[in-house]
Amino acid sequence: MSGQVIVVTSGKGGVGKTTVVANIGTGLAAAGHKTVLVDADIGLRNLDLIMGLENRIVYDIVDVVEGRCELKKALIRDKRVEGLQLLPASQTRDKTAVSPEQMKELCQQLREEFDFVIIDCPAGIEHGFHTAVAGADKAIVVSMPEVSALRDADKIVGLLEASELTDPYLIVNRIRMDMVQRGDMLDVNDMTDILGLQVKVLGIVPDDQSIIVSANRGEPIVLDNRSRAGQAFRNIVRRLQGEEVEFMDLSQGGLMLRLKRLVGLAK
Amino acid sequence: MSSLLDFLNRLFGRVEKSSSDIAKKRLRLVLVQDRSNMSPEVLEELKEELIGVLTRYLEIDEVGMSVELDKSDDSVALVASIPVKSVKVRVPKIRSLEPTGVSE
Repeated sequence: MSGQVIVVTSGKGGVGKTTVVANIGTGLAAAGHKTVLVDADIGLRNLDLIMGLENRIVYDIVDVVEGRCELKKALIRDKRVEGLQLLPASQTRDKTAVSPEQMKELCQQLREEFDFVIIDCPAGIEHGFHTAVAGADKAIVVSMPEVSALRDADKIVGLLEASELTDPYLIVNRIRMDMVQRGDMLDVNDMTDILGLQVKVLGIVPDDQSIIVSANRGEPIVLDNRSRAGQAFRNIVRRLQGEEVEFMDLSQGGLMLRLKRLVGLAK
Repeated sequence: MSSLLDFLNRLFGRVEKSSSDIAKKRLRLVLVQDRSNMSPEVLEELKEELIGVLTRYLEIDEVGMSVELDKSDDSVALVASIPVKSVKVRVPKIRSLEPTGVSE
């Protein structure tokens, strides 16, 4: 078996990489694919917290590459979804603790056991980035409709290309359609225009308070059938499996908006 | 959709640019510089060297000269505007001293 290795990256911090990793990983496993999440953000371990698995960590990625424990022993089984496992980052070491060559080797081992290997890349463009992308077949760039996130995303697209990861997927995170409609937030088309033709939109995730609630609880939102952000992540998971899924209509339609449009208080 | 407010704004000549349009424009410009991989220092160096070459042939207005990277559609262009004060009269260099049969 040879699974697919996907790295989730963004350049800028705080745009939602870890949330994306937790949700697409959980979604893929819930759809029946054996999936492993790798936290490559060494020194700033967070994926375990978002997944609600922080109390089960014994060994981490650095223990594995330095040979202190077997890979299988470091993997933590998810408590909700069958076939989902996590390889946590070390919290005490730094980015230099794993080299790109060691990451390649690790990915090679993991892809023999799993259908999907999803890597949470650290923010920044230094050693940690180069290590995280070293073993990947495909990259997902997470960005927000905001100038600094987009500038960094553009930089990352260039760096990915240099690492032979061409045609990355783009996930537009935290979009607010009310602001887009007012002309106060860039739309998805604006974002793809700016980033150029080489990116393919994999998903559009609305800004949703329930993301914070789900992080508080350590339960990925993709499992919440009532959440719009959860629906957006379920759609992303289906697209990753090769399905054609239409993008959700995120506009807040309804009578009030139409009335506002008529008198010009909304676009 | 054209709305009443848009209409009134146009009527009174008050058209405000949306902040997303401003963001788009600013991003386009900053990404040209980012992608061209050229820092202002390097661009300045290029300008100095250009002046060096050009002044061998032309007398130029160095103050009024501008050299910048510009974006048109999907490509980046180096756009230079160089006001020429006068053309220097120079004796052309004789390329070869060997007889070629063609008189120079």
